[in-house]
Amino acid sequence: MSAEAYGAQRPLPDREEPLRETLAGHPAPVDRANRMLRVTPAPAPRQRVPFPFSAIVAQEEMKNALILSAIDATIGGVLIFGDRGTGKSTAIRALAALLPRMRAIVGCPYGCEPGRPAASCEHCQRLSLDKGRRGQAESHLVPVPVVDLPLGATEDRVVGALDLERALARGEKAFQPGLLAKAHRGFLYIDEVNLLEDHLVDVLLDVAASGENVVEREGLSIRHPARFVLVGSGNPEEGELRPQLLDRFGLSVDVETPSDLETRIEVVRRRDAFDRDPEAFADAWRGRDAGIRRRISAARKRIGSMTTSEGALRRATELCIALGTDGLRGELTLIRAARALAAYQGEDSVEEEHVRIVAPMALRHRLRRSPLDDSRATARVERAIGEVFGS
Amino acid sequence: MTPDPARSDPTGADLAGLALAVLAVAPEAAGGIWLRAQAGPDRDRWLAALRASAVPGVPFRRMPAGIAESRLIGGLDLAATLASGLPVTERGLLAEADGGYLVISMAERLDPWLASLVAATAETGELHVERDGVTQTLPAQFAMVALDEGIDDEAPPSLLTERLGLVLDLAHAPFGESPFSFQAMTAARERLPVVATSARIIGELCAAAAGFGLASLRPSLQAVAVARALAALHGRLDVEDEDAILAAALVLAPRAVQWPSRQEQQEEETPPPPPPDADTPPPENPPQEQSGDPPDDVMSQSALAALPAGLLADLKARAASGRQRSAGKAGAREKNARRGRAVGVKPGDPRTGARLGLIDTLRAAAPWQKLRRGASFGDGTIAVRREDFRIVRRRARRRTTTLFIVDASGSSALQRLGEAKGAVQLLLAECYVRRDEVALITFRGRVAEMVLPPTRALARAARALAGLAGGGGTPLATAIDTARQVAEGIMRSGRTPVLVFMTDARANIGRDGQPGRERAMADARQAARELAALGQTTILIDTANKPGEAAAILADAMEARYLPLPYAAPELVVHAVSQERPAPRAAHRA
Ligand SMILES: [Zn+2]
Repeated sequence: MSAEAYGAQRPLPDREEPLRETLAGHPAPVDRANRMLRVTPAPAPRQRVPFPFSAIVAQEEMKNALILSAIDATIGGVLIFGDRGTGKSTAIRALAALLPRMRAIVGCPYGCEPGRPAASCEHCQRLSLDKGRRGQAESHLVPVPVVDLPLGATEDRVVGALDLERALARGEKAFQPGLLAKAHRGFLYIDEVNLLEDHLVDVLLDVAASGENVVEREGLSIRHPARFVLVGSGNPEEGELRPQLLDRFGLSVDVETPSDLETRIEVVRRRDAFDRDPEAFADAWRGRDAGIRRRISAARKRIGSMTTSEGALRRATELCIALGTDGLRGELTLIRAARALAAYQGEDSVEEEHVRIVAPMALRHRLRRSPLDDSRATARVERAIGEVFGS
Repeated sequence: MTPDPARSDPTGADLAGLALAVLAVAPEAAGGIWLRAQAGPDRDRWLAALRASAVPGVPFRRMPAGIAESRLIGGLDLAATLASGLPVTERGLLAEADGGYLVISMAERLDPWLASLVAATAETGELHVERDGVTQTLPAQFAMVALDEGIDDEAPPSLLTERLGLVLDLAHAPFGESPFSFQAMTAARERLPVVATSARIIGELCAAAAGFGLASLRPSLQAVAVARALAALHGRLDVEDEDAILAAALVLAPRAVQWPSRQEQQEEETPPPPPPDADTPPPENPPQEQSGDPPDDVMSQSALAALPAGLLADLKARAASGRQRSAGKAGAREKNARRGRAVGVKPGDPRTGARLGLIDTLRAAAPWQKLRRGASFGDGTIAVRREDFRIVRRRARRRTTTLFIVDASGSSALQRLGEAKGAVQLLLAECYVRRDEVALITFRGRVAEMVLPPTRALARAARALAGLAGGGGTPLATAIDTARQVAEGIMRSGRTPVLVFMTDARANIGRDGQPGRERAMADARQAARELAALGQTTILIDTANKPGEAAAILADAMEARYLPLPYAAPELVVHAVSQERPAPRAAHRA
């Protein structure tokens, strides 16, 4: 075998009849009667009512971090670390049910936003050129995607790959979009992030940072927008996260099992009520969830016109200096999170107080620290807050 | 009180029968059962009774310990795909168990990675697969029956056991016969949705969980669900105290890390002092008699009364050896390390023993089919050529556990210990980067103590180290024996131990705990030779003021690398240890 046989680049084999480039929206197996193709019957998953977001007891910082990143996706994702059974995944699934729906172009596998061709996929850019003279592309309201990255997912399903079904059956060179495509404009959730293979984590962080997924494999050359909020959760028992990955998350929260009996009883009481009758329980909290949803919507509208006070900016800088966080990322995230908070609270301007509230979640994972440092990061941030704000 | 081992509790409940009934009536509520029992007729009888009690026709799927990941969660059916020429999906075992029971064989040996797949599916009740070109979401709600034949420190991975509401040891709670008729269980199933739990009962169960030292909220939730099932079984619409007591006996008490009593009765066998670990409250001595001071908490007392006597003894033993148990669990994480996890594919020849990455091979071949097959394109066969072959890249997950054995005796001058600490700190920092595990054993006086079982929580290791105090005799032989036992456990769990001794090797306490230099030195050398038989990497750092023969001879006996501390600046020690450490086998080539 020559060198070219082993995966070297070769020209497409079928120049006369170019393979059609198509987009596969739903990669379900095709049932072809004349083949011995065993198609798994796919019963619709039982619809489960998610536990209401507003009914989650305590864990205020986790809830706030999720709300802030729902308001401003550029904050850069949330890392939730802590004990098992603290409702980390419950909170993410609850958030999914809470988010206001979004407008997307009909037929786009990525759910592109109408009226923004620059940020759209090639499909929608073409569509917008075609429709340019005749008005807007057709759009509809869809739920914001909250995509689970299941354990054991392989890279081809994460980034997308050649649709084998169509290639073999019809000779079409089609791209089967992966989870990154599904998560566009929404959330990508990784439970047990520290169990994920390092190379997948790298891919995810890379795409999350660039907002674009570039696929170069199997003769495909595809790029599509993939802007999503990365939410990772993990348990320190499974090992600490690679230090170099920590600060790639915008916000980080530590969750702990509540230790006081009253809170614990309340958690169990609500869970018991939910398990007995999920619909009734969800009904009872629907109003509160709707309130949060309205505030998120309002905050998103307001956030473009917010001003940031001199004081807030100065405190943010002072905090980052006091803590010795590297680079501008920490400061930028701090300001963005403070702005999202101010917007959520219905203010027009970001003040020092907002910076102070979000500082722990924006900075605690950015401290230069020895892994052997006993003092908890949170305590150090709080000490610095005390110094900077002079409390 | 000399209780009959089978029925020691006031209500005379048969825990094995009750657990079975709860699992049959409310499989989802209970989550599953952690069934500790040796394989044999007793266990078979219990399983058969469960099957007879369950809703007729629901699946019972047995999951063998060595199940392939692809069989467990499904994905691409290799054989069918090759036969048909089109991708064919296969249903994972977890989806097949939907609506029924997943019986996990030899759960104590379950690969932790597979355990996390099972746990993630149990969490959502859905099997979500995104692999090898296959996207599937299938319902997968099942109750787990984890069969644990473990002895000593073996236990199923904790991320599995925390989802198993019921805990039963058939050795201590023998199974007679099902306490409820089939009709009664059918009626209980219908009654269950309307059974109410009062705020008081929930409060008492939460308090009991706290009394048993259970930090996680999950056992409390499980206990409430089990109490409801018990109420339904007893024909009640409200959970009553009796249900709550039995639920606590089935769910909470077997997990206890402390005993909910204020009694401070000293026993002959004092459990070893608990490690300085804030997460786990120290176990207290269980009361010997019921007639002592009544515990604060009525609920806990009731649960205690509901326990068979054998379980009590077991619990005591478990509380005493709690740290070792968790050591075993942490170590078990890397079982099946030889296989390694697939991390991707690359072009290559599968005949060299590497596994063929079928989907990627087909993808590589697909664009050329029209060209290669010409007129016969589309007849269901695929022309695959050698250059299409893709093989699976694996990363061996074999990892290292660095075991520090630090001499904290009087003979090691305190300042030397300080220097040793410095070296350990640096080594810890390096382990952190490599995501290795560390463990810490110290010895002084008459005992060697496992201060920190293997963990990746290195800050904890650093904390434990910082708190070390010096002084006392040098029970070196005991320390070496302990290290060997721990190292064996580490090896059993598929990890590679690296032992780092820090001592001046001036033993003066023998294996029998008696003072005497001569005897102690001989014992230490004997222990060292036994350790050498393990064939593991060992480093001995001589912490004596004047490094001498004692440590060098000992190092020789244990076939360890010898490093005298004055010349072993902390950085040098780190370098030495790194060299001795087996290199991580990253992707191995075909
Ligand atoms: Zn689009």
